[in-house]
Amino acid sequence: MISKPKKFASPIPDVAGNGLIDRRALLGRGMLFAGAAATGVGSSSTGAAAEALPVDPWSMVPGERITPYGTPSKYESKVVRTLTNPNHEPRTSNARTPHHLLEGTITPNGLHFVVARTGFPDIDPAKHLLAIHGLVKQPLVFDLDALARYPKVTRVNFVECGGNSAPLFNKDPVQANVQAIHGLVSCSEWTGVRLSTLLEETGIDPKAKWLLAEGADGPSMNRSIPIAKALDDAMIALYQNGERIAPAQGYPMRLLVPGYEGNMNVKWLHRIKLIEEPVMAINETMQYTYRVAGPKIWQFFFPMEVKSFVTHPSPGLTLKGPGYYEIAGLAYSGNGRIAKVMVSADGGKSWAQAALDAPVLAKALTRFRLPWRWDGQPVVLQSRAWDEAGNVQPTRAEMFAERGEPKVNVPVTAFPMGHMNVITSWAIDNKGEAKHVYG
Amino acid sequence: MSMAKRLALAVSLVLVASAAIAADTPGLGKPVSEADLALWDMSIGPDGKGLPAGSGTPTQGAAIYAQKCEACHGKDGVGGTNAALANAPGKSERTMALYVPNATTIFDFTRRAMPWPQPKTLTNDEVYALTAFILARNKVIGENEAMNAETLPKVAMPNRNGFVSRYPEKH
Repeated sequence: MISKPKKFASPIPDVAGNGLIDRRALLGRGMLFAGAAATGVGSSSTGAAAEALPVDPWSMVPGERITPYGTPSKYESKVVRTLTNPNHEPRTSNARTPHHLLEGTITPNGLHFVVARTGFPDIDPAKHLLAIHGLVKQPLVFDLDALARYPKVTRVNFVECGGNSAPLFNKDPVQANVQAIHGLVSCSEWTGVRLSTLLEETGIDPKAKWLLAEGADGPSMNRSIPIAKALDDAMIALYQNGERIAPAQGYPMRLLVPGYEGNMNVKWLHRIKLIEEPVMAINETMQYTYRVAGPKIWQFFFPMEVKSFVTHPSPGLTLKGPGYYEIAGLAYSGNGRIAKVMVSADGGKSWAQAALDAPVLAKALTRFRLPWRWDGQPVVLQSRAWDEAGNVQPTRAEMFAERGEPKVNVPVTAFPMGHMNVITSWAIDNKGEAKHVYG
Repeated sequence: MSMAKRLALAVSLVLVASAAIAADTPGLGKPVSEADLALWDMSIGPDGKGLPAGSGTPTQGAAIYAQKCEACHGKDGVGGTNAALANAPGKSERTMALYVPNATTIFDFTRRAMPWPQPKTLTNDEVYALTAFILARNKVIGENEAMNAETLPKVAMPNRNGFVSRYPEKH
């Protein structure tokens, strides 16, 4: 057998409490491990193996059949979304992205989160039309063949449900994992036609200040969206990660309003009506609003505010003994690029700046990383993000100072739609098990 | 091709061509009229714009509710497996009385999305009646008040002044 590496030892001093190592150690692995080699790591070259490694059985037979559409390895069968309505009962269905089992920043199409009022409609793409009308000079309808000939753009953007992370509104920390707490955000490369291009063709009546976007699904989900956003960076998205948009993501087309709450990125889009005032749809009055105090209710708070959370390690990903680990997580802001992510391993007493995977894109998931040497003692991991607009991810105390203390404990699958973005804390005990706490 | 069709085609081509030249875009959208979109254009503004003809009372609504809504929303709008429609403020957080500033929203959503298994199958009279039933169960209107295109936009929802727009100040 190969001799076990000895305990990890880094020549680079800690930059923050409980073993956080300077992010620049990630830039040169040689530097990180140079000292380690001197202390005996990788000593297999000198150790005598008692038995030669066997030739594995899969190296001695032909491989499996290649299928027309590839699927993940059978060994990855646990990397799936969690469903709130698996039997398709007459109510909303949610599916949550397993961020603790994924890496990088792009969510595979089959793992993109879903919130759907009645499931997804079976739309014949040859018959689907997008109408743009209302306060325009000339109402127009577009089919997919027409849109295919328009100038297109490709952009990476996250979509996040306005109710993501809602379990953090609880008075007490919900014992749940990253998927249950933060699984209603995903990120894709979207390709489509700028809405502004189509509005140039319809013309815009100067009285138009908003538009109504409506889906072709059974409940005809609809939202009011400011014209300013439509002319800024809104897109009629046709492709998701290179292939046609997934059925539950709006096939054959969805509205993409980058950074704005997920519900406004209307799926199965078939109608845009330019209007003077918001229609006060159910999804902007009873839903996706936030009661601040008494009868006062916030409405039309669109961008998803700066947020981050540690995905590795996190509940369910138990550390296997002391030594070197990489702390990794996701950060994003509906107001632009992530400027900085800080990580703490001592519950916020000291912080180290994390490395960000390039390229750091506006309104897209950003992967942060930090090397860490765990000494086996209990720690509390946290991350905190800043965006280029100068917004800072709030602590719980900061958020509730503005909004008032949380009043109720909500079920983990419920979402009060309040744009919850406070710092998440994972307590890791001396067995390496992570637990959700309020740090 | 008839002369009328040729004329219509010529006119639409001119329109499309002029749009394309003006904006330097492909101009492949097909012109339609608002009348062509009448069946799609189901959105109701908070001022009642778009409300159809028809009328209904809470009593009429109660009979339809029992048949088409009660299975999911519970008797009298409470205790069902889906959203409560009639909890009094204080008993539940997200109530119609608190969270719906315009009664037109109830009509709009019911017509477009309900009942869950067969959306858009209710007649306009039925939608008015169900809207009236929900408003009465929330004690916003009386048991005998008829809802129609005239009366519905005038209903004073209890929290009509409680909504604070965060746009564009905080967008």
